[in-house]
Amino acid sequence: MLSEQERREIEAHARHYPNNRAVCIEALKVVQQHRGWVSDDGIADVAEALQITPAELESVATFYNMIFRKPVGKHVILLCDGVSCWIMGYERLHQHLTNRLGIGLGQTTADGRFTLLPNVCLGACDHAPVMMMDDAHYQDLDPARIDEILASYQQEEEKSTDGNAADP
Amino acid sequence: METPLTHNISPGKEPPDLVQYEKTGGYAALRKALTMSPAEVQAAVKESNLRGRGGAGFPTAQKWSFVPMGDDAPRPKYLVCNADEMEPGTFKDRLLLEGDPHQLVEGIIISAYAIQADVAYVFLRWAYKLAARRMERAIAEAYRDGYLGKNILGSAYSLEMYLHVSAGRYICGEETALLNALEGKRANPRAKPPYPQVSGLWGKPTIVNNVETLCNLPHILNHGAKWFKSLSRSGDGGTKLYGASGRVKNPGLWELPMGTPLREILEEHAGGMRDGYQFRGLLPGGASTDFVTADHLDVAMDFDSMQSVGSRLGTGAMIVLDDKTCPVGMLLNLEHFFAQESCGWCTPCWSGLSWIEEILQDMEEGRGKTSDLELLESHTHLLGPGHTFCALAPGAAEPLQSGLKYFRDDFERHIHEKGCPWREHGQGMQM
Ligand SMILES: Cc1cc2nc3c(=O)[nH]c(=O)nc-3n(C[C@H](O)[C@H](O)[C@H](O)COP(=O)(O)O)c2cc1C
Ligand code: SF4
Ligand code: FES
Repeated sequence: MLSEQERREIEAHARHYPNNRAVCIEALKVVQQHRGWVSDDGIADVAEALQITPAELESVATFYNMIFRKPVGKHVILLCDGVSCWIMGYERLHQHLTNRLGIGLGQTTADGRFTLLPNVCLGACDHAPVMMMDDAHYQDLDPARIDEILASYQQEEEKSTDGNAADP
Repeated sequence: METPLTHNISPGKEPPDLVQYEKTGGYAALRKALTMSPAEVQAAVKESNLRGRGGAGFPTAQKWSFVPMGDDAPRPKYLVCNADEMEPGTFKDRLLLEGDPHQLVEGIIISAYAIQADVAYVFLRWAYKLAARRMERAIAEAYRDGYLGKNILGSAYSLEMYLHVSAGRYICGEETALLNALEGKRANPRAKPPYPQVSGLWGKPTIVNNVETLCNLPHILNHGAKWFKSLSRSGDGGTKLYGASGRVKNPGLWELPMGTPLREILEEHAGGMRDGYQFRGLLPGGASTDFVTADHLDVAMDFDSMQSVGSRLGTGAMIVLDDKTCPVGMLLNLEHFFAQESCGWCTPCWSGLSWIEEILQDMEEGRGKTSDLELLESHTHLLGPGHTFCALAPGAAEPLQSGLKYFRDDFERHIHEKGCPWREHGQGMQM
């Protein structure tokens, strides 16, 4: 079932469209925002709320790249493989990330922390090569810069687990 | 040199909020438009010679002229701002969205007024997170101060505006696919006719215009067609956002007179090639345009001039190929992109493109045959205009057909040397 929060957010989007069907992509994004990805249950919940068949919704969900139908890690890395980034060193970065994380494109690290996905042009080609991690763009990348970024995420997490430990 | 589109934009600076935007003359054009009839607004745009900046260069006022007008026109009518920007190598709309969102909001309202649209959607690509926040805020401010909603500024005209953040796929940028995406369907392009102007979103009259196209409207209304034409160095009016990426000294984006010669953009603005790299060619306007070479650098970057040398202005974002990068590898990257983004409707597109990708991959890995060159060439014809539902396939053919023409020796070397010469010499191409 949709949570109260999910339902409210979907209803806010629904006001922008003349029928339920049109809200389905926004609704899938809402569910993904809250649950990390869109499971079969997520499909069923949205389909029921919008009164469309799960099969129809499934065919829409699988069409779009940013609807995840498989679980993803805590952080999603989108590595740009657009042509400008390719010219400026995509292959080297790809190699480096694969070595660092021990996973290939489309995979998630065993500890569930990172998912590495390829992505088309991220719209920052004058600062190629580029990647996105969660909601942030990182540009003018080289292997050293990637190590810095990964380390900063690590520190961030250590800080937040420290915080939790202090919590009674 | 005047730079109307970017006069409020400076890197790293917050965009003007509504009050600041008004201080620099913002929303004066909308006020003026509301004193004119929709037909008068259309006439002003027609006189300016504005051509669409989404890639195809279709005259904006002519596109609008097919929308049914008057009391018995079907309602509601829609205006859609195409902010999907996913053409590889292209990053111009992002600057306008992030840098001056009110300019775009004002442009959309003026266009919507010109066709008497009731609802406007901004179709934004998901990766532009900052743009989404800034557009959201600008739209809310415009509602707050009476530029959107019922009876705009006390006039009889009303307009609702909504932001739709796409779930991501290149084909969504094609205007009829975009309409299906907005309707909550798979983004397959639609057969034309009927054209969206007559039967678009939910079967109602709809105009789709690009971000940069729409941003020109406040300035055309404020300063007139004569001024707009005087900005340009060619027959097409106005300025253009030109970009450059690849191994140039100073990659970036510049607002320059429409028709600025390629050489001037490449050498004066992009600073020429980086030390140690030679120029070999460039795609002038994104991934789906034909290569041009050193022989073409004196050509003006406008719609007709680029066409006259067998390419297209496209998005005006040039991607530069240097001598240390393999042209076959670059084409493999491009055709992989197109193959992956094909929506799968037309056989020459989905099956042809994955075949092309395979041939290029084989060539890179030393399995190329002389007959492959003919095969590739025949594919470019099959992908050409008229064989498919939408322009993705012809777009995919453009870099390949011109690459085969200008870099034939490099293809042959891959075949004869059984592998990629750029990789063999130990340093790869990715230094
Ligand atoms: C595969 C494909 C992708 C496209 N992507 C975009 C895009 O991201 N943004 C855009 O404005 N136009 C894009 N277009 C062009 C649109 O179909 C349409 O021509 C354009 O939005 C019209 O705007 P204009 O008349 O203002 O130029 C694309 C076309 C094709 C065939
Ligand atoms: S040309 Fe390609 S992308 Fe366009 S409709 Fe046909 S299959 Fe789909
Ligand atoms: S090609 Fe990577 S950001 Fe454009």
